[in-house]
Amino acid sequence: MITKRIIPCLDVNKGRVVKGVSFVNLRDAGDPVELAAFYDREGADEVVFLDITASHEKRKTVIELASKAAKKVFIPYTIGGGIKKVDDIREVLRKGADKISINTSAVNNPSLIEESSKIFGRQCIVVAIDAKRKDSNSWEVYTHGGRTPTGKNAVQWAKTVEDLGAGEILLTSMDKDGTKDGYDIELTKAITREVNIPVIASGGAGNLEHLRDVIKYADADAVLVASIFHYGEYTVREAKKYLKSQGINVRI
Amino acid sequence: MYIAIINYNMGNIRSVENAFKSIGAKVKVTSGIDTINKSMAFVLPGVGAFKDAMQNLENQGLIGAIKENVKKKPFLGICLGFQLLFETSLENGKHKGLGLLRGTVKKIPSIVKVPHMGWNQIDILKKNSNIFDGIKDKEYFYFVHSYHAVPEEKKVVNSITDYGIEMVSGIEFKNIFGLQFHPEKSSKFGLRLLKNFWNMAKEKK
Repeated sequence: MITKRIIPCLDVNKGRVVKGVSFVNLRDAGDPVELAAFYDREGADEVVFLDITASHEKRKTVIELASKAAKKVFIPYTIGGGIKKVDDIREVLRKGADKISINTSAVNNPSLIEESSKIFGRQCIVVAIDAKRKDSNSWEVYTHGGRTPTGKNAVQWAKTVEDLGAGEILLTSMDKDGTKDGYDIELTKAITREVNIPVIASGGAGNLEHLRDVIKYADADAVLVASIFHYGEYTVREAKKYLKSQGINVRI
Repeated sequence: MYIAIINYNMGNIRSVENAFKSIGAKVKVTSGIDTINKSMAFVLPGVGAFKDAMQNLENQGLIGAIKENVKKKPFLGICLGFQLLFETSLENGKHKGLGLLRGTVKKIPSIVKVPHMGWNQIDILKKNSNIFDGIKDKEYFYFVHSYHAVPEEKKVVNSITDYGIEMVSGIEFKNIFGLQFHPEKSSKFGLRLLKNFWNMAKEKK
């Protein structure tokens, strides 16, 4: 049967890896393609590159990244950041990326989800949702790297993107991101309960128990992990061994 | 001395090319019949719709070239390229395939999540198959597909995969190898399969 996945996430700014702490403070951590190839060797199941470069040249930088990664990364990889049009998607996939991730452009133009999943297949279209708690049982969707509230309810939006043709949801808890005190179990559960497409949990991983918890208690299909791997606190291999010991089906 | 990777505008070609290059294989991405004729082995990759794929192969005059070359040298079909080996596909209607193998390509039943996407294990039925050299039983590979091939003859089945239903994940018949999963996206063991194919190609010469 299909395994649960561990996915290192690389934030990329002007061709270099950074790790945002609650989307603000950035710290350089190397060449994204080398780092992704390292994670491939370490046993990561996929890699996500999020290009956060603020520039008009962004379209060019994501395409370049897709192309460079194709030469050295032999696990599936997703590219996100600044993808606005069907043509951008086509170009990134043609260079060798397996999936693209859209966030702000999905909110601004939901038909992009529908159109692109029809052309390329829903398996390549990942919709990223950045959500922040609004009250005891609802979360609001934010765009533009967590700067712009949209008024949309995250659970509703997740159902909408599934209906439109998204193949997967990359769900980031803005409340938990950067805190290292665990994924947002409640938020993740609220979404996995309502959709039938895979959900990748993101934001808050501080130790291996956190990975287990969001898989076991919130039914996440995959976990996105950044700083605890980038800063060498744990290896992918250690994470997999631990999850396996906890009865979770992983590729090892 | 090279492997020809058939380019027929069905995606994914570059990943396959890069993966072969990374293991030191010489490859040429081509839609030229002459280049395929002069190759030591050839590969049919592919992602997309079955009907479009057959249409593209036909428009580029490649169907005959594939059928001729397969008599002489190792041939590897990957994912859609694997499904195209069969007689018929039921993907959006009924479509004729290359017919190198008897059988039908059918939709994965909706009792399980479709597409079948992610890392799954293969049960190797032919332990001494050259393509699986150095690969242990139950190894994981990366799958993405909504249809699956059902061969008529059990003897061509090289490996199977459990996804709620039992699916054929690999076949071998004379010079023909087919893989439902993506070796080019399956990390080191996927690359090992490609290396095994490259070795077979070299030995054939």
